[in-house]
Amino acid sequence: MATNKNSNGFRRNDGNNADANGKDLKVVGKPFRKVDARAKCTGQTKFADDIVLPRMLYAKLLRSHEPHAIIKSIDTSKAEALPGVLAVITGKDLPIPYGILPVSQDEHPLCVDRVRFIGDPVAAVAAIDEDTAFEAMNLIEVEYEKLQTITSIEEAVLIDEPRIHDYGEGGNVHKSVHLEFGDLDEGFAQADLVREDVFFYEGNTHLPMEQHAAVAHYDSDDKLTLWTSTQTPHYVHRALAKTLGMRAAHIRVIATPNGGGFGGKSDPFNHEIVVCELSRRTRRPVKVTLTREEVFYCHRGRHPVLMKIKTGVKKDGAITAMDFESFLDGGAYGSYGVASTFYTGALQTVTYDVPRYRFKGLRAFTNKPPCGPKRGHGTPQPRFGLEVQLDKLAEELKLDPAEMRLKHLAPPNSVTANYLRIGSMGLGKCIEKVVKGSDWKNKHRKLPFGKGVGLACSSYICGAGLPIYWNNMPHSGVQLALDRQGGVRIQCGSIDIGQGSDSILAYIVAEVLGIDPFDIRVLTADTDLTPVDLGSYSSRVTLMTGNAALQAAERARELLSIAVAEKLCTPVENLSFADRRVFDVENPETGVTFAEAVVLAESKFGTIGTVGSYTPPRSPGKFKGAGVGPSPAYSYSAAIAEVDVDAETGFVTVERVWIGHDIGRSINPMLVMGQVEGGVYMGLGEALMEEMIYRANRNAVHKFPSMLEYKSPTTLEMCDVLTYLVEDADPNGPFGAKEVGQGPLLPVMPAVANAVYDAVGVRVDEVPITPEKVLAALRAKARGKEARFGPTGVPAVEWPDALKVLTPAEGGDGKEMPRVAVHS
Amino acid sequence: MSQRTKQKAHIGFNVNGDPVEVAFAPHKTLLEVLREDMNLMGTKHGCELGECGTCAVLVDGRSILSCLMLGLDAEGRHVETIEGMETSAGLHPLQETFADLGAAQCGYCTPGFLLVAKELLAAKPNPTREEIKEALSGNLCRCTGYIKIYEAVELAAARMRGAEMELPRESVYGYE
Ligand code: FES
Ligand code: FES
Repeated sequence: MATNKNSNGFRRNDGNNADANGKDLKVVGKPFRKVDARAKCTGQTKFADDIVLPRMLYAKLLRSHEPHAIIKSIDTSKAEALPGVLAVITGKDLPIPYGILPVSQDEHPLCVDRVRFIGDPVAAVAAIDEDTAFEAMNLIEVEYEKLQTITSIEEAVLIDEPRIHDYGEGGNVHKSVHLEFGDLDEGFAQADLVREDVFFYEGNTHLPMEQHAAVAHYDSDDKLTLWTSTQTPHYVHRALAKTLGMRAAHIRVIATPNGGGFGGKSDPFNHEIVVCELSRRTRRPVKVTLTREEVFYCHRGRHPVLMKIKTGVKKDGAITAMDFESFLDGGAYGSYGVASTFYTGALQTVTYDVPRYRFKGLRAFTNKPPCGPKRGHGTPQPRFGLEVQLDKLAEELKLDPAEMRLKHLAPPNSVTANYLRIGSMGLGKCIEKVVKGSDWKNKHRKLPFGKGVGLACSSYICGAGLPIYWNNMPHSGVQLALDRQGGVRIQCGSIDIGQGSDSILAYIVAEVLGIDPFDIRVLTADTDLTPVDLGSYSSRVTLMTGNAALQAAERARELLSIAVAEKLCTPVENLSFADRRVFDVENPETGVTFAEAVVLAESKFGTIGTVGSYTPPRSPGKFKGAGVGPSPAYSYSAAIAEVDVDAETGFVTVERVWIGHDIGRSINPMLVMGQVEGGVYMGLGEALMEEMIYRANRNAVHKFPSMLEYKSPTTLEMCDVLTYLVEDADPNGPFGAKEVGQGPLLPVMPAVANAVYDAVGVRVDEVPITPEKVLAALRAKARGKEARFGPTGVPAVEWPDALKVLTPAEGGDGKEMPRVAVHS
Repeated sequence: MSQRTKQKAHIGFNVNGDPVEVAFAPHKTLLEVLREDMNLMGTKHGCELGECGTCAVLVDGRSILSCLMLGLDAEGRHVETIEGMETSAGLHPLQETFADLGAAQCGYCTPGFLLVAKELLAAKPNPTREEIKEALSGNLCRCTGYIKIYEAVELAAARMRGAEMELPRESVYGYE
């Protein structure tokens, strides 16, 4: 038995912890301490800003105070003359553009000829200390010629000139897509009830506690090392090679443990490239640490999304067709935006059976900090709209919203209308558990005025099916080195952002090799030393690095087995690995220690090292746009929120949330619980208070780029969370595991909105659900108007012709149909 | 162009039990002095404006935001940082329970939470959940949703009182 470092000695006592072959698991499924927990609780974890090198300089970026302007001139002479300043650079020093997606290479390390939002960097300085760098930054003079500012989706689709970027669909439309799966008219004709609703989801930001920081060192070997708080060291590596014009082999990117990411550290950032260039020029290490205000400008957070959803249902709630339109306010740059746009239309079909589906999505450029991926990437917004609309449909049909959902779940092992392949599907169990646990049947529509419950469900991907840049290589690689003294080293490009990915690697390898996870050294996120893992995004790490680690460990185990079997004269199949021993299961006394097994294997085969890698299965969708949405597996969640609404003040208090999450299998239940609770917390913030808002009449300046004014839940706002884990092992997950980092956030916002309706009978079709909005809806109700607060319509735009795909049920093959009228 | 021509301030105080002297630019905050002039990197920062609680340390046993206190004002005081919580006897019970229960996810807010929790338990060895929430309400954590932090404080408090306490099964595995 591996020593459980958890001093509480929690054990599964249900005797139910076995793998698919019935083998008892020793590590997987147990609440071990994280391998890096001790360092984190003693202040020894080295975050990027904790790195100090001799002769290190400090960098500051001068950021634009104009939202949209042409740079007429930049005068850096005063800054350069300041004693203690070693370098000053501007856009012309780094002219090569970059961007996370190959289709949106629209950023520059420093703006070249134009600024696009307040906070866009135009120049940078390196000086001997932070104060001098700050002073020098303020001595740089920039002359701007103002351009018209585009502040909203509505303006962006109306105003073609000036264009914020000279690429995209024309005017200020970055991307528009139109996909149609099956005959919508026929679907709506079959419906007994059709509803059309409009929703708005305000943008919000990640707010990681750690501000972004990076240290670059261009050393005497003419090689560059960058330590940075990033979720995607591999993509940063590529961006550096491109923008600095250097060989990638001469660049080393080390991702430092992230003090929170949530998607906000997934883009390559201008400050990362800038410190590298400053170090190259000065030949000294250069550090940059962003202020909290600058972190708000980096953003890449949740897109504000305006949505129109038309859904047809039968009397029993079966969906016959869904027509979904989304408008995304992208901010000033592309970032992940094209993917975000597709994601707003991708996952509607994996929770309930949606036989016919149409998606229209448009992303606009505006002069605000760029939006990108935040926990749930592009899916919380449509999920909010869809789940609130289902609540309205259930009410009209006089059905219980839980029963209605349960009846029409998407079947497991099926392919959806938009060609997403569902494997395991535990949503039904999630719903049943929260319904029972919350006493839903006795509460829904039965609580006194001011109290209410609401239900919502969701699903999320376990890793994007396709990489960000096209290639046929694995998404994740693991190297394992076995030491003749019994030590094991795991090397993997993945980065721990707090979710516990380093620990997951150790647990899985320890399980296979029968050793203690704390015997393992985990070395991650260093492009010189670790094989590529694409990064900590899209909830991909447990499944993908987990499978790669499993493969590497099984290969090592095989080598050891051959050598030990020879020594013990037993068949290989008889060997078991456990308790740091390799032994004959039939005669457990006969065996060797793990270290002896490595010695035997090394004597026979030479140095013992193995590799493992993971590539997701191919998706059945072959049409253009089919790249976003496919995943090796989907996680599922169901939540019920119980609220108290003060009708005098409009104040909503969420008292508790019951949440069921289909995890496939918990590699470590304690860490799963932490992710669920953290997801509910972040969802609560989005539901009630978090918003990125700008002064429209003051040049789109951020209203409150500070932690005090950007409201996020403290201990006093956080609700109780009652979690139910559904373990419905997925064949594609390591030991059956699916994701938990993002999914449990998704149902929280619509569950709260539905609970507010149950409490006071008004619909707030918009998040955050602030007291003002609740009061406005209550007042409308009192005046006999529609008891609702929310948007009333969407802009009229010309959509591109639909790309039509026959659904699997219609006999489709996943390819686009020829562009002729097929359904007449 | 300030401090290079000016004299550095020079103070003596006690940090984690050690008497120390340090010289620094006089406008620096205690946070900056600890991190930049003493290389005590365990104290973190999330805003440097007194908004997040990440930089909390104990001064004469009371939690303060080190980003809002001038280094000069630490003269003669006893400052405890996260580096001082572990002793030769081992981890502080709070550090043990934070590590065991996953109360530190990214770990960035953790030093601040641990020190504020330590102050709480010194004053109230058996705090209620509400008292814990109240005491920690000035510390933001974006990862945990706070629940594992409450549980870790409760478990550590019980152990420090010598009381028997087991974490409920549902805190680890969820409800049935
Ligand atoms: S860094 Fe001191 S309160 Fe935020
Ligand atoms: S553990 Fe990450 S902010 Fe608290």
